[in-house]
Amino acid sequence: MSLAAPPRPAARRRRLPMPVSVLIGLAIVVLMLAVALLAPWIAPTDPTNVASFDLMNAELPPAFMPEGDPAHWLGTDNQGRDLFSAILYGMRVSIAIGGGAVIVAASIGVVLGLLAGYFGGWVDIVIMRVGDVILSLPTILLALLVSGIARAVFPEAGTAQWAPVILIGAIAIHEWVQYARTVRAATMVEASKDYVRAARVIGLPPLHIMVRHILPNVMSPVMVIATINLAAAVLTEATLSFLGVGMPPTYPSLGTLIRIGNEFVFSGIWWIAVFPAVTLVILVLAVNVVGDWLRDRFNPKLKGR
Amino acid sequence: MKPAALSITDLTVDYPLADGSVVTAVRDVNLTVAPGEIHALVGESGAGKTTIGNALMGLLQAPGRVAKGRIEIGGKPVDIRTGRTEGIVQGKDVGAIFQDPMTSLNPLFTVESQLGETMRHHLGLSRAEARQRSLELLRAVGIPEPERRLKSYPHQLSGGQRQRVVIAAALCCDPKLIIADEPTTALDVSVQAQILKLIRGLADERGVGILLVTHNMGVVAEVADRVTIMLKGQVVESGPVAQVLGAPQHPYAKALIGAVPRVDVKLPRLPVPAQESPGTAAAREQVRARMGGGDEAKAGELSVDNLVVEYGARGGFLGGSRVFRAVKGVSFTVEPGEIFGLVGESGCGKTTVANTIAGLAKPTSGSVTLGGLPIGAKRGGVARKALQMVFQDPYSALNPRLRVATAIAEPIAFYHLAANKADAAEDAALLLESVGLDRQAGARFPHAFSGGQRQRIAIARALAPRPRFLVCDEPTSSLDVSVQAQILNLLKDLRDLAGLSILFISHDLAVVRQMCDRIAVMKSGEIVEQAPTEELFAAPSHPYTRELLSLVPSLDKIAREPVAV
Amino acid sequence: MIASIGSRLGQAVLVMLAVTAIAFVMFRYVGDPVAMMSREDASPAEKAELRASLGLDRPAIVQYGDFLGRTVKGDLGISFRNQRPVVDLLAERLPATLELVIVATLLSLSVGIPIGVYCALKPDGALTRAIQTLSLVGISMPTFVTGIGLILIFAVTLRWLPSFGRGDVVQIGGWSTGFLTRSGWASLILPSITLALYQLTLIMRLVRAEMIDVLSSDYIRFAKARGLPSRYINFRLALRNALMPVVTVTGLQIGSLIAFAIVTETVFQWPGMGLLFIQAVSFADVPVMAAYLLFVGFLFVVINMAVDLTYTLIDPRLRTRRA
Repeated sequence: MSLAAPPRPAARRRRLPMPVSVLIGLAIVVLMLAVALLAPWIAPTDPTNVASFDLMNAELPPAFMPEGDPAHWLGTDNQGRDLFSAILYGMRVSIAIGGGAVIVAASIGVVLGLLAGYFGGWVDIVIMRVGDVILSLPTILLALLVSGIARAVFPEAGTAQWAPVILIGAIAIHEWVQYARTVRAATMVEASKDYVRAARVIGLPPLHIMVRHILPNVMSPVMVIATINLAAAVLTEATLSFLGVGMPPTYPSLGTLIRIGNEFVFSGIWWIAVFPAVTLVILVLAVNVVGDWLRDRFNPKLKGR
Repeated sequence: MKPAALSITDLTVDYPLADGSVVTAVRDVNLTVAPGEIHALVGESGAGKTTIGNALMGLLQAPGRVAKGRIEIGGKPVDIRTGRTEGIVQGKDVGAIFQDPMTSLNPLFTVESQLGETMRHHLGLSRAEARQRSLELLRAVGIPEPERRLKSYPHQLSGGQRQRVVIAAALCCDPKLIIADEPTTALDVSVQAQILKLIRGLADERGVGILLVTHNMGVVAEVADRVTIMLKGQVVESGPVAQVLGAPQHPYAKALIGAVPRVDVKLPRLPVPAQESPGTAAAREQVRARMGGGDEAKAGELSVDNLVVEYGARGGFLGGSRVFRAVKGVSFTVEPGEIFGLVGESGCGKTTVANTIAGLAKPTSGSVTLGGLPIGAKRGGVARKALQMVFQDPYSALNPRLRVATAIAEPIAFYHLAANKADAAEDAALLLESVGLDRQAGARFPHAFSGGQRQRIAIARALAPRPRFLVCDEPTSSLDVSVQAQILNLLKDLRDLAGLSILFISHDLAVVRQMCDRIAVMKSGEIVEQAPTEELFAAPSHPYTRELLSLVPSLDKIAREPVAV
Repeated sequence: MIASIGSRLGQAVLVMLAVTAIAFVMFRYVGDPVAMMSREDASPAEKAELRASLGLDRPAIVQYGDFLGRTVKGDLGISFRNQRPVVDLLAERLPATLELVIVATLLSLSVGIPIGVYCALKPDGALTRAIQTLSLVGISMPTFVTGIGLILIFAVTLRWLPSFGRGDVVQIGGWSTGFLTRSGWASLILPSITLALYQLTLIMRLVRAEMIDVLSSDYIRFAKARGLPSRYINFRLALRNALMPVVTVTGLQIGSLIAFAIVTETVFQWPGMGLLFIQAVSFADVPVMAAYLLFVGFLFVVINMAVDLTYTLIDPRLRTRRA
């Protein structure tokens, strides 16, 4: 009705098909997920099985280079592991930990955000203050602290069995706040809307209102954040592993492989670092392309991060 | 003779869409505004009136373009070949006034800076000259203490003052034409009256032509000289205000004007074309039978006794607690089957009263009882079920993710009012029919419905728990006038049908006059006057009531033919 | 306004208390300090004596009080690993990290803001699309990958720039600076670009989003309706509104840059606090970890307060209430 809101065929715009770049991004994400899932069946060797590789084959260059071995088409690492297999398995680990962290963080964040936004008062104050304190420390620092403390208290923390749990916790402890804040804000907006007020006047109990009325209406930003955070969580995991407090070399993630490769960069053995790095960047980029599109489509206000 | 301030010939505005089709927002519109004349452009939402304003100011949103037509401003032709209106110097030839003064001014710059920049750019004035002229302008638009206000930031001004600054900015370069898009819609009645007076004065004293875009017929009758009524992008009727409003020729114009609630006389029903299907009547009969049953049917009167509501604003460590008293000891009773009106300007506390009665806000002290049973913030069984609410904004009143039938059946199931799911669904379907919708409408989601239809759904949902009392908080103020008339009639019918009591909250005195049996007038948290409707309008006893009544812009100043129902 | 500063201060105190509590818990309970500080073959009696002399046998709350007192006085304990006061270690490493972070911040602001504005003003331009795509790549590149890539190209292959250390530094008072030597600057280039790149994309995207928001606001439309030239509207009016949130984000950026410096310093073997911290983590050198945490927490609080103060200075809505 005002000059500020001219008629806009918004409904039609929504039906526009995905841009090609997003389609490609989505295809890559799906492909990488499938490969990660099927790694044990696709990979030529099992990089976590010491018997399957030989130190004699260490640091072989990729197959397309003069001294390359056709059996290892991306070359081998310092222990003679087939790099292609190691990357497939590494991707599996990275995605599993990233996805796990997103699920844990989103579950905690959505529940706390709903409670804080709906009830307000001291519930809100406590949850949000804790969130403020956590957010006042950068993700990577907090994650380092958590895994550092875990290692000091619990010697098993660095093993292949426990490291993923510690990593998921270390990442999720920071990331839940973002979900909680978003859900809280959205819940407050929804709770002030008349359909929720009507539900209150009808006399429906709070839990029913939260789950049935509010939750479905605050989930779309959560999905967008989850997508973008998947990328961020994979990066954080990679960074921690790169710094040596993540997955152990016996059960490497992409970050661990890059860490191993980093030691050889100066001696001209670039492939151990470069191939996992390229895989990591492609994975994260593809997820980001999809997440960015989702954000623009569903929630143009959700910016920055 | 001076050239017309604005002359539009055969103007067509298109919005080409991505899929190749074209939406024509404005088609073949002709319009002239003489110097010193106020020409009102009215129509319901989607009529294209705002698009014309945007086209004239060169503010058409991206795909929109002027497809054809001829525009002259102050005798100066405007080039539309590019689809933009080139050649108009915005701000110099055309001044603009926007709807919401709260957002039209940049919060980071002073009044002086925002007034001065326009003049420095268009007139090449120096800083000092611009300052001098800004002062004159602020005086001209009647802002007190103009010297001090120059240095103020927008947040330091009230809504009315901001709108005056916006008008001053529009006047900066002595434009031939001012385009005012809903300039008073966001303002209270008393401020609205002042701003309208100011706008009228500008036309008379400065000879500016004003194109007034509005949906409010009262505003048109109050200030405009000529009026053009639009429907779906086309002009249906145009002429002098007295002629068009007094004796409309086109059927749509007749219906539109007939639907405007009158302040002067109470009609039994608002005159809108009857459109009830036979199914509706049958469904209503069944709904009545169901609502009539039950022990709690005779819920009795609603009694509000010395109600006080305070909002506490607890400060930080150093700030003490500030308490805002929204409602200061309000008492009234609503008899069974009565429609009781609560009127007042924004911020007077009427909505807080409604929320408290509905249990959405906690009273600080005082009591609310329905048939002797207390209604508190706690869910109190019978009393809670017996009182339901209809809200202002039909777009937010329905959960976008619930099918309509599900939303209506929810309270039925919750209060075990139906034996099983099928019965609950049947109940919901009946309710939909009884508010004039299709039974099948329940299968759809809210976004498939228009504002008026949504409000009907919201009413159906409020009826679902079989209440005895409805609280209606501005139920029609975000609806177009013809839809408003239908909803008001529906509420009346429901009252007559089921003996519902209704607390009707509104800022619109005309609507209240048509709807209510008794009225209370609120000001700053208190009821200043309470009387039967006819008595209140015939002989208001409190000065504030008299003031409010005198300020309502209404059609009644123009002799109207009684419109056939 | 006084009340808002008061509640801000309260919050800052709260954050600091929380951080010191974490640090204290780390000190006290993570890795047994007695085991760390006594000889391998110490007898139980010797250990008990050490425990008592360290005050570890008293109630936790008393110990926490003590800890707070010592922290305020600047006594952050002794590093397990190299038996030196932690404060000295941090102070030694501080200049390296701060110089890196400052240069990276300036770099990301001076490049990020203009690019962001450009992208907002020309949303459909070819260059904008290219920048948008690049920025997605930018936020998808972990810092260490950027670093390794830059090393591979500029240090290993082209041999133009050094890939580790700070080069020659000059001591000015207690501050060692690399700004005064050629090799200092050369060593700074790759790490600061690495550190700036990630933040740059964030700032660019933020500025773009804010600018687009502001450009579609009513007051900018009103400015257009007054016929003001678009250059004036874009750069004098809209930019000012758009940069307000950038102030906040830049403040937070400096904090997270310090954290990200951990990664950059590891890749480039930059002798800053981050490298010190990551070494402490892998050696479970708790006092250093705790002290670093305290330092970063303190820095964050200070920066947040500074941002708030800046806000009250630049935003008239906070500066003056309704007159």
